[in-house]
Amino acid sequence: MLAEFSPPGTAPSPTSRYEGLRSEYCLSGHPTLPCNVLKFKSTTIMLDCGLDMTSTLNFLPLPLVQSPRLSNLPGWSLKDGNAFLDKELKECSGHVFVDSVPEFCLPETELIDLSTVDVILISNYHCMMALPYITEHTGFTGTVYATEPTVQIGRLLMEELVNFIERVPKAQSASLWKNKDIQRLLPSPLKDAVEVSTWRRCYTMQEVNSALSKIQLVGYSQKIELFGAVQVTPLSSGYALGSSNWIIQSHYEKVSYVSGSSLLTTHPQPMDQASLKNSDVLILTGLTQIPTANPDSMVGEFCSNLALTVRNGGNVLVPCYPSGVIYDLLECLYQYIDSAGLSSIPFYFISPVANSSLEFSQIFAEWLCHNKQTKVYLPEPPFPHAELIQTNKLKHYPSIHGDFSNDFRQPCVVFTGHPSLRFGDVVHFMELWGKSSLNTVIFTEPDFSYLEALAPYQPLAMKCIYCPIDTRLNFIQVSKLLKEVQPLHVVCPEQYTQPPPAQSHRMDLMVDCQPPAMSYRRAEVLALPFKRRYEKIEIMPELADSLVPMEIKPGISLATVSAVLHTKDNKHVLQPPPRPAQPTGGKKRKRASDDIPDCKVLKPLLSGSIPVDQFVQTLEKHGFSDIKVEDTAKGHIVLLQEAETLIQIEEDSTHIICDDDEVLRVRLRDLVLKFLQKF
Amino acid sequence: MPEIRVTPLGAGQDVGRSCILVSIAGKNVMLDCGMHMGFSDDRRFPDFSYITRSGRLTDFLDCVIISHFHLDHCGALPYFSEMVGYDGPIYMTQPTQAICPILLEDYRKIAVDKKGEANFFTSQMIKDCMKKVVAVHLHQTVQVDDELEIKAYYAGHVLGAAMFQIKVGSESVVYTGDYNMTPDRHLGAAWIDKCRPNLLITESTYATTIRDSKRCRERDFLKKVHETVERGGKVLIPVFALGRAQELCILLETFWERMDLKAPIYFSTGLTEKANHYYKLFIPWTNQKIRKTFVQRNMFEFKHIKAFDRAFADSPGPMVVFATPGMLHAGQSLQIFRKWAGNEKNMVIMPGYCVQGTVGHKILSGQRKLEMEGRQVLEVKMQVEYMSFSAHADAKGIMQLVGQAEPENVLLVHGEAKKMEFLKQKIEQEFRVNCYMPANGETVTLPTSPSIPVGISLGLLKREMAQGLLPDAKKPRLLHGTLIMKDSNFRLVSSEQALKELGLAEHQLRFTCRVHLHDTRKEQEMAMRVYSHLKSVLKDHCVQHLPDGSVTVESILVQAAAHSEDPGTKVLLVSWTYQDEELGSYLTSLLKKGLPQAS
Repeated sequence: MLAEFSPPGTAPSPTSRYEGLRSEYCLSGHPTLPCNVLKFKSTTIMLDCGLDMTSTLNFLPLPLVQSPRLSNLPGWSLKDGNAFLDKELKECSGHVFVDSVPEFCLPETELIDLSTVDVILISNYHCMMALPYITEHTGFTGTVYATEPTVQIGRLLMEELVNFIERVPKAQSASLWKNKDIQRLLPSPLKDAVEVSTWRRCYTMQEVNSALSKIQLVGYSQKIELFGAVQVTPLSSGYALGSSNWIIQSHYEKVSYVSGSSLLTTHPQPMDQASLKNSDVLILTGLTQIPTANPDSMVGEFCSNLALTVRNGGNVLVPCYPSGVIYDLLECLYQYIDSAGLSSIPFYFISPVANSSLEFSQIFAEWLCHNKQTKVYLPEPPFPHAELIQTNKLKHYPSIHGDFSNDFRQPCVVFTGHPSLRFGDVVHFMELWGKSSLNTVIFTEPDFSYLEALAPYQPLAMKCIYCPIDTRLNFIQVSKLLKEVQPLHVVCPEQYTQPPPAQSHRMDLMVDCQPPAMSYRRAEVLALPFKRRYEKIEIMPELADSLVPMEIKPGISLATVSAVLHTKDNKHVLQPPPRPAQPTGGKKRKRASDDIPDCKVLKPLLSGSIPVDQFVQTLEKHGFSDIKVEDTAKGHIVLLQEAETLIQIEEDSTHIICDDDEVLRVRLRDLVLKFLQKF
Repeated sequence: MPEIRVTPLGAGQDVGRSCILVSIAGKNVMLDCGMHMGFSDDRRFPDFSYITRSGRLTDFLDCVIISHFHLDHCGALPYFSEMVGYDGPIYMTQPTQAICPILLEDYRKIAVDKKGEANFFTSQMIKDCMKKVVAVHLHQTVQVDDELEIKAYYAGHVLGAAMFQIKVGSESVVYTGDYNMTPDRHLGAAWIDKCRPNLLITESTYATTIRDSKRCRERDFLKKVHETVERGGKVLIPVFALGRAQELCILLETFWERMDLKAPIYFSTGLTEKANHYYKLFIPWTNQKIRKTFVQRNMFEFKHIKAFDRAFADSPGPMVVFATPGMLHAGQSLQIFRKWAGNEKNMVIMPGYCVQGTVGHKILSGQRKLEMEGRQVLEVKMQVEYMSFSAHADAKGIMQLVGQAEPENVLLVHGEAKKMEFLKQKIEQEFRVNCYMPANGETVTLPTSPSIPVGISLGLLKREMAQGLLPDAKKPRLLHGTLIMKDSNFRLVSSEQALKELGLAEHQLRFTCRVHLHDTRKEQEMAMRVYSHLKSVLKDHCVQHLPDGSVTVESILVQAAAHSEDPGTKVLLVSWTYQDEELGSYLTSLLKKGLPQAS
């Protein structure tokens, strides 16, 4: 059985299945937001459902408060002065942006028929953002598996996203510019934007709820049987609350799917590495996006820049997701603010899901690192942000409207989304604080290029600090991990098999393993190298009792098995053969064909050799006389002259030639078999 | 013959000191390690000498599993591990791990500080004992060793309560601990998949009860509390700090809010405040409604319920007090009871089961004159009410769980013998399975016949599967192969492969039979006639006439030859190998009958 592995997306008709290999669409999938489909033992498994949101960087920001600057941007026209695109495209500080509802780049949906996907395995809440597109619009009828924190926090991320976009209704949905002939004429980066025809606007909350209702909750090390053929198991990956890697295995093959893992000690449960051992194939995704930055020193820089700005009377803006690294940042600040003399500075966390995120983080003790778990035994909340809230140092609001506008004091620190700077409350603060060099924006999320994120806000007076904190595995950790767990084959996105384009001399910034990793790119299909030779079968106890083992060599025993094979739900069972039917009186007239034996009944193979002297003695003992033995080149011929029978005996063969005397033939056969072993 | 053996050291035809030994496929597991609230002598703990007379606990037991934090399931644990001596792993869920040591400490304090018992376990022993605990997550498969695995299922009952599946190879036992099949105000219902264990060990506290609707019980409870408070009486509700307490608090809290009542509600001592905090942190273990709404309102943050001070018991006016422990056998609830018992305006509501020997059990069975310590007699004038709020499955619930898990056998523990008898009959009738109810120290032995998993070579399996697709699937088809057993590695391969792997050559055994037929026709014509004859008889077989004049039926070769002496006789040589013996032999006898005359 061939196990196939097809990156991004969806099931092809048999003929088109390998078309991807021709790589007509040389498009790179997002290595940290994967969406792969694995065909394994007649099961179709989608691994993650990541949504590439970098597409939104091509759009104008959605301001919460009417922004004269953004609404008065000049329309863009072609070099020849043709201005038919000026409604859709606006020029802003030398860049061209699409003035429309922002759109996301979906996983491929044409490569494979997504309605044939049996299950979707989610590794962490960042890798499920495309779920509603897949479960609601492709005919998908399967089950999605994820841990409880993944689902709860994933729901919050989706809720925030939908809220950010629906809060600022935009009449226009630009589509003219996507025309291939027109796109060619546009300036970079629009010209080079990929797959624009598949870009879609955000889903609705209704679609989110429907998608999430298809999820079944699972726990780490839970063994989940799929159709009796495959077992999948989530393992702790150490990257985020409830984040998992997955083992996909049958009794004789094992695929490990590694996605978004971390070996650093932050808040989640540590990564389970041992269970990844003995894999035939290890699929490696979700490595750090900033391999050259050390998360610890980034956190240090974050704190010192924050303190510096605030002490000088400026405000700090931290564009962030509502869950994840923010918990660690708040914990650092908790330890840092008093010593840095920041205790009077208000910290604001603004997100429609801020409260939920802070509350949820405190109830998932079982998914946290050991230190945090022990707090619960006291009982105390595992995260210190509970105390920051209690002491009024940290305040959270659903949005800048309402209570926040009354409480707002400057200088302050604001944590808010979205990190793309294209929607959410962060747009307001960029507009508000961008003009003063006292203020600082600190980028901690690694998903978006900060320069591109800032482009529509230029020129900018505020300071920009780039401290990307990406706790996912770096290449040194990967090679250590691979040495440790020793998979037979590694499969990874092509980006990991060469140094980053900007640092092409850094040969250390790529996956290094033996045999070399098999790489894939968007819209490509890979055949996975399996050499499966066995399948599990159960021998029923009654049959087992009837077997007669025979020791052939020291420590090795053999037993011939004749049994009936039953296969149900992909499980094989061997049962004792039925007893031979009793001859049923002669009432019914037999047809000639009833007597014809079933040639499919297999007789055992024979092995051994026949010592001719002993054989002759045995013949004599059984009443044969007048035996003559002749030597031949390869053995002997035993002649039973009276019976006109000839037995040729060679090392590996015996040939009995006789008249059509069945009784005689059977007697001779049994005497020969005495010297041979059956297999 | 493999077998599963079960011996209750406690909870055999009894409620209290749950402790059940299970031996399965050579592994020994101890399920729960509880104390008995009805005794304060040796009988309060299970009799571990059953194990220790033949050796050390650690050598005998592969692991200990604790189902939930109630003391009748974990109360003997420090005694067992630190005083008798056990160093192996102890498995429990995380909420149990968090709450269990607090209850143990509470228990120790009452026993040592209040009752002055000597030779009891110490605080340090509780700590040392808890160090041996390994936390188990719901549905996680925990590999105790290479062969023994355990898996926890949600049991309702109290926060963190779990049922456990114990599995070795294809043999398994499920132990329910205490469970509840109906969701309540703060917990969900127990659930298990169709795991078809060899044995289901279930509690049977309410083996004969079918409880009326919960709503009625709740309304009744609220009415009684309300009436008593209205006439200025005091209501005592003895509870265990965790479990029913939170359930009833939620109930009263919402009632007080709705009715805008002013009478104070108290919760005794600091333990319970702390307890509520655990509930807030372990929200994922509560029911769906609480999990969904906890961000807006955490149900365990009570507005109307305040901490109790000992002095309040003597204050005039109505009040409701939740006090521990639940069976009135010691501690604060007993103190308050003694103060209030003499006044008929007051009321005590027993919301749960009381084991024999406790004050709770005595007043529930109608006793109104109680002999207290120091030969004092306490006359009970206050009203005594019993309301079953115990989160145990009732008879219907137990039957439902048996139906869910589909066990091959059922064994009842944690119940009274008489009631068990009734349930045992019911289970045997309805599910057609054997049901056992051993007493403490009595062993039940169940023979098992596990199937043996082996690896079958893909080639052999595919060959068989391909044939299975042919018509005539009704005839059972025999698979033939060779089982190679090397150490504990069992592989089933084709005979050819077995020979090859062992470096042995095949020995071919061939037969050639001469069939003499009177016929003057030429050999070629003979062959032609043999061909058409066989072709017409053997419709399902591949019959071929080869260019060299010979005829084949499958792999059997038939050749016509002249007789060396008699020109009127022809000889048919039929040749086949041992593997084709049936067909070869059949062809010989068929040809011997002669060929039909050409029509």
